[in-house]
Amino acid sequence: MYNALPPWTALAPALLLGLTGLALLLVDTIRPRSRSNTSMAVVGALGALASLAVTVWFVAAGTGSADTGGGITLFADAITVDTLSLFFTAIFASVTSLVVVAAHDYFHDHENPAAFYSLTLFAATGMALLAVANSLAVVFVALEMVSLPSYALVAFLKTNRGSVEAGLKYFLVGALSSAVFLFGISLVYAVTGSLIFAEVAAGIGSLGDLAGIAGIGIVMIVGGVAFKTASVPFHFWAPEAYEGAPAPVSAFLSSASKAAGFVVAFRVFTEAFPLGASVSAEINWVLAFGVLAAVTMTLGNFAAAVQEEVKRMLAYSSIGHAGYALIGLAALSAGGSGNGAVMGAAMAHLFVYGFMNTGAFLFVAMAERWGVGRTFEEYGGLARRAPVACTAMAVFMFSLAGLPPFAGFFSKYFLFMGAIDNGFIWLAALGAVNSVISLYYYSRVVKAMFLDDPTTPSALDTIDARPTALYAAVVFAAVATVLLLPGFGPVIETAEAAASALF
Amino acid sequence: MILEALIAFTFLAALVVLLAPDAWAGRLAFALSAVPFAGSLYAWSQFDGAGNALTGGTIAFESQFEWIEVGGRSVSWFVGLDGISLPLVVLTTFLVPLAIVSAWTPIDTRQSQFYGLMLFMEANLLGVFTALDFFLWFVFWEAVLVPMYFLIGVWGGPRRKYAAIKFFVYTNAASLLMFIGFMSLVFALGDSVSSFALPEITAAIANGGLGEWFGIAPGTVALGAFLAMFAGFAVKVPVVPVHTWLPDAHVEAPTPVSVLLAGVLLKMGTYALLRYNFTMLPNQASALAIPIAAIAVISVIYGAMLALAQKDLKRIVAYSSVSSMGYVILGLVVFTEYGVGGATFQMVAHGLISGLMFMAVGVVYNATHTRMVGDMAGMADRMPITVGILVAGAFGYMGLPLMAGFAGEFFIFVGAFGAPSLPYAPAFTALAMFGIVIVAGYLLSAMQKTLFGPFRLETDYEVGRAPVHDVAPLAVLLAAIIVLGVAPDVFFEMIRDAAIPVVEGVSADV
Repeated sequence: MYNALPPWTALAPALLLGLTGLALLLVDTIRPRSRSNTSMAVVGALGALASLAVTVWFVAAGTGSADTGGGITLFADAITVDTLSLFFTAIFASVTSLVVVAAHDYFHDHENPAAFYSLTLFAATGMALLAVANSLAVVFVALEMVSLPSYALVAFLKTNRGSVEAGLKYFLVGALSSAVFLFGISLVYAVTGSLIFAEVAAGIGSLGDLAGIAGIGIVMIVGGVAFKTASVPFHFWAPEAYEGAPAPVSAFLSSASKAAGFVVAFRVFTEAFPLGASVSAEINWVLAFGVLAAVTMTLGNFAAAVQEEVKRMLAYSSIGHAGYALIGLAALSAGGSGNGAVMGAAMAHLFVYGFMNTGAFLFVAMAERWGVGRTFEEYGGLARRAPVACTAMAVFMFSLAGLPPFAGFFSKYFLFMGAIDNGFIWLAALGAVNSVISLYYYSRVVKAMFLDDPTTPSALDTIDARPTALYAAVVFAAVATVLLLPGFGPVIETAEAAASALF
Repeated sequence: MILEALIAFTFLAALVVLLAPDAWAGRLAFALSAVPFAGSLYAWSQFDGAGNALTGGTIAFESQFEWIEVGGRSVSWFVGLDGISLPLVVLTTFLVPLAIVSAWTPIDTRQSQFYGLMLFMEANLLGVFTALDFFLWFVFWEAVLVPMYFLIGVWGGPRRKYAAIKFFVYTNAASLLMFIGFMSLVFALGDSVSSFALPEITAAIANGGLGEWFGIAPGTVALGAFLAMFAGFAVKVPVVPVHTWLPDAHVEAPTPVSVLLAGVLLKMGTYALLRYNFTMLPNQASALAIPIAAIAVISVIYGAMLALAQKDLKRIVAYSSVSSMGYVILGLVVFTEYGVGGATFQMVAHGLISGLMFMAVGVVYNATHTRMVGDMAGMADRMPITVGILVAGAFGYMGLPLMAGFAGEFFIFVGAFGAPSLPYAPAFTALAMFGIVIVAGYLLSAMQKTLFGPFRLETDYEVGRAPVHDVAPLAVLLAAIIVLGVAPDVFFEMIRDAAIPVVEGVSADV
């Protein structure tokens, strides 16, 4: 089917996202008075859904998969469209549509919501480009294309001090890590003479005396990845940014933006710095990622356990989940038979995470919209007023904790089993222990909502509005989280096929 | 397809009841829950299983569809029944409608959610007893915990939050331990299994498929897996010393939830012990027979002594469950036809009797609003029928012949006394039998103080006869207990048929 279309159409998902963003910006510029929040949100959501539909169609048709002749490369090898990129684009597009739908109600009284929709779609376009990047230059440009709208989005409530402060912190850490990342790229370019992944890989195989410089460059690139995925040691912006940002933005950053960091990491470290060549040049990035994964998941979970505010807890839990997903890189071994399985499991985890984590942050968005407060105590008794939304939140919490009736169980299970099969039993054990710890703080939310009483008898009276679109987004994410349990087969199989093609 | 229909219908019924108005959610839930009961009776009438489902017997209503295939092992939707699981399925579908009726009086807030969760739990319980694939089974097993957590935590007594969280933490930690134990077995089996289907794994272990795993010898892996799984399931059963969540959960849970907790949820633990520990790893079980039998006897005696010391009627029944579950463990570990069969029979019998006891105490509580032994006396004057059934149930607990409890305990003692594989079997059996004396002691004394003598009540409530819909489920349960006591063969025949291969599993190898 794809043969009938010109090759550039393989970029259709990214193009659809970008064109929708441009269209929204255009309408907003031409007719700033008569735009309506609802029509903007509908157009934005339709654009993201169209992108999702095309992505799913491409996956089903086998575009760029190993069965149909491998990745489709464009622009002198700078871009490659394969199953891996389509898989991640599906995550970006579904998170974007959820966030855009939810934002309709969240920004119902904002003076200029149109900017939100176009910025979100531009960031999503950047993510879709990251997923197809096949050259370090494209990676950097796309990374900036994700980051710049994100800074603006975090500071979107410009009259809110918390939001502006978060935006500034995010911008400073982001600028620093971009510089580090770029310097890393230039060092790698200096020793390998190319930016195209395949040529970099060839250069890594014959480094000679320059191995040290390449090593420093790779460590710097690891730093850039750590920033984007909110992993240790560049994680500390995440709690501030997620807490201060409007909750739909937090949802977008912690789900989609994190996944975007991982698609870069997965592709760059398998394609540009293949494990065998790197290890023989004494650049053992697997060990680096192993340490990062262990520290990230432990730090994220322990910090989440002591939070008093739900949104901040979710921010730290998202650091913890970055640690789990890093297992996809940390549990690789040169020539290991289970490499595709463990990386595919990490991808499937990010896919499920895209729904359960977005849903959880959108529930926080709903709580902010209602004005019920931010702490665990202030969530007390919420289920009496909003049973459906609270049930959805309970689904997200249990799924994030990895309890079996929900999709989060399978994705974690396959991840840990993949690690064990590849000989990294210590990572799997640490992950399991962290999962147990996480049950404590996730169940606190459920306990507050369902078992506790409201802080004051009138505390729940602020729940007067029924934000339909927010409700729809939250419930849809919950249904997806449940249905991904029976429907996990296609997800994990696609992910493993996509990951196996990298090795 | 009848099992799929049963489970799917119950899930749908839960959804319908969740969305129904509170005013008639209870009636609707009862009407809908009658359908799975009818379905399980139909399944019973069409039952054509033979032998044990895990050891190559004929599985009734077997159906299998592949779900996920990853890393060379497939996970499938695989359900079926044998002589061990069918009685438990019937028990579940029988108890749930009765528990729902018993909830009509005490549950007066958020009814649609309450009944919806009850049905949701029933659907998952049916899944636990029918699933023959480890993953499918584990999903159902864990999914039972979530509704239970809410049922205790939302509708429970004053300390409900503590009890709900304790229950949740204990059982989840136990599940993790068990999960790790089982997975280490699967890893050690390596390429000799291609799925998580329990019959295939059982066969592979029996054929010596266990290999080295991370340099650990196969025997050690099997022993470690046995211990991890035993510890995990022991929490669920529960046995001393991991029983402490049970009295809290029972006392705080509302009556209908206690009925299902004691009647069915505890059986999940013993059922899983039988399936995993005693059928899959019979040699490890037999090698550890003495410590396990000691745990069983300690549970019997210590549980009964704890019951003796309680003042709260519900606590008394709760601790006596610990005691009764000890008999089940003893029956399993002796590896005789009557021991294993009797243990399975005792699961059903205890499900009915403890359900009856909790329900009867609940009916008394509905009227008096107290469960303390010292707060009331002479209840027989005011509630003659309820008290009559309560006394009958208590005698069933003590093992009065012609009631189900007698049959179960008798089978276990017969099987245990001359057990060839358990050293000092007569001594263990005699000690366990002594538990019955203590049971009689505390039940008779509690009844003497609360039910008989001149009427006296410390709380300020007008006590009259209980409504018909409170008493009817008690009468139905009592009738079922007597039927099973008079004619145990209605279940015992098929149970024995499925138990014999378990017993042969050990004697063939030792």
